[in-house]
Amino acid sequence: MDIRKVKKLIELLEESNINELEITEGEDSVRISRGGSAPAAVYAAQPTFTPTAPTAAPVSSESASEKPLDQPVKGHQVSSPMVGTFYASPAPGSPAFVSVGQSVTAGDVLCIIEAMKMMNQIEADKSGVIGAVLAEDGDPVEFDQPLFTIV
Amino acid sequence: MLEKVLIANRGEIALRILRACKELGIKTVAVHSKIDGDLKHVKLADEAVCIGPNPSPQSYLNVPSIISAMEITGADGVHPGYGFLAENADFAEQVENSGFVFIGPKADTIRIMGDKVAAIKAMKAAGVPTVPGSDGPLSNNEAKLRETANQIGYPVIIKAAAGGGGRGMRVVENEQSLINAINITKTEAAAAFGDSTVYMEKFLQNPRHVEVQVLADGQGCAIHLGDRDCSLQRRHQKVLEEAPAPGIPEEARQAVFTSCVNACIQINYRGAGTFEFLYEDGNFYFIEMNTRVQVEHPVSEMITGVDIVKEQLMIAGGHPLSLTQEDIVFRGHSFECRINAEDPVNFMPQPGMIESYHAPGGNGVRVDSHIYSGYRVPPNYDSLIAKVITYGIDRDVALSRMRIALDEMVIEGIKTNIPLHDDLVRDEAFKKGGVNIHYLEKKLGL
Repeated sequence: MDIRKVKKLIELLEESNINELEITEGEDSVRISRGGSAPAAVYAAQPTFTPTAPTAAPVSSESASEKPLDQPVKGHQVSSPMVGTFYASPAPGSPAFVSVGQSVTAGDVLCIIEAMKMMNQIEADKSGVIGAVLAEDGDPVEFDQPLFTIV
Repeated sequence: MLEKVLIANRGEIALRILRACKELGIKTVAVHSKIDGDLKHVKLADEAVCIGPNPSPQSYLNVPSIISAMEITGADGVHPGYGFLAENADFAEQVENSGFVFIGPKADTIRIMGDKVAAIKAMKAAGVPTVPGSDGPLSNNEAKLRETANQIGYPVIIKAAAGGGGRGMRVVENEQSLINAINITKTEAAAAFGDSTVYMEKFLQNPRHVEVQVLADGQGCAIHLGDRDCSLQRRHQKVLEEAPAPGIPEEARQAVFTSCVNACIQINYRGAGTFEFLYEDGNFYFIEMNTRVQVEHPVSEMITGVDIVKEQLMIAGGHPLSLTQEDIVFRGHSFECRINAEDPVNFMPQPGMIESYHAPGGNGVRVDSHIYSGYRVPPNYDSLIAKVITYGIDRDVALSRMRIALDEMVIEGIKTNIPLHDDLVRDEAFKKGGVNIHYLEKKLGL
């Protein structure tokens, strides 16, 4: 998918009041979402963070009128693509792949999900700063379960 | 006894399995697609795991996802229900290779019965009567093919070995169309099932669909739970079933029961299964075996008092059959109406919000359904939303109770085929009993 197309999609997002756009074309896919402040909904497990982190899209002036989402999450959500066991570090005892406040680039490994004896590396699908880690080492996770937020 | 069972299905059968697990004190894990988080059995299960997005191939047919869900929940067995992966031999094999129990027969048994040519061969060897046919796959020798067809006698039907359930079949009325029909069916079979093997059988003009329910423990014991008549079908989909099949001479019935039980023992069958036959003029002809619990299992439960799903769970837990044939007493008659979310006239699926639901009840009325007021029927899966089952001391009472139950039933917000069932349970020919498999389509003018 070429950069001009991606730029056009970003423009589309900025001009509209949608929050997130995901396009799949054959094997390519791109997800673009609005970062920055979300409606004032409390997300229980979330450590505090400042909503002024650099983002790809400007803070929407319509954010005040946004309807609350199913899950009141600040920032872009990285969800589990599979069922399995969540591991925060590459090996037991070693430091976690990422922690809150850490900068990540799209493609960086955030965690491992073990399924059927295979270790699957889960990569960041956008660049930014880790806003929250929503699963604990060793937790069973289901499809689409939120794992991280990136702001 | 199994301790925790993962239910790899959805809708009414998932709820049925959950109830049986609860009765046996077995913990339940409900796996579901994204849109199915509101399913009744998901709400009732001890644990729930979302296994994928809505499309079946990525959720209910997603083998790695399901096995992974077994791992993370510590389930020791999986019940596949019907449809989806229930007769997928590879799934059964992977489950067992991963150290879990597949609630059903062994993978090899599923494989043999899934190959219709092999299944017929196994049944013949076990003494089960089969349709006169080619007794094996068809060759490419045109002269031989014509000879076979002449021996069987026209009309004949060409069937895909990897097909089943009404798919991959073509009727041939005369010799002129034979070779063409065989070639087309082979091509279709290769495209639909990845296997172009076909076989030939005599085409029975006016058969009834009569099937036999069996239970076997894989430890040398097998029993039958009688027969069911499922002749009311539209496009090979059953609409209304009953047990026992009316008007069958007792001798023929007992003979076929015996042959089914013998076949189970010979192939060392394990679990619940159904032998499907075409019945015409006092003769039974085996067509295929279903190695799973079937949609219409409740009618057999009503006339025997046996809980087929509980038996499946106990057999899978390694228990020998607790029942002998002598323990099985047949009493009364039962009907089942399959209520679908579809237009009663054109059969178009009708997903949508069920605004108001009221189930019928009373003496001899059973409803197996997952729906509730406020439940949204999703568009992604089949349209079966409820099964209304009635029981009576004889066929007339059971049928009368069905008429009353259908009158009481309320499903508002979506269209259903209840009006079609209202018509069927008042149909004169159906009331007499013994209509054949073409009756419903003829009645509907299809």
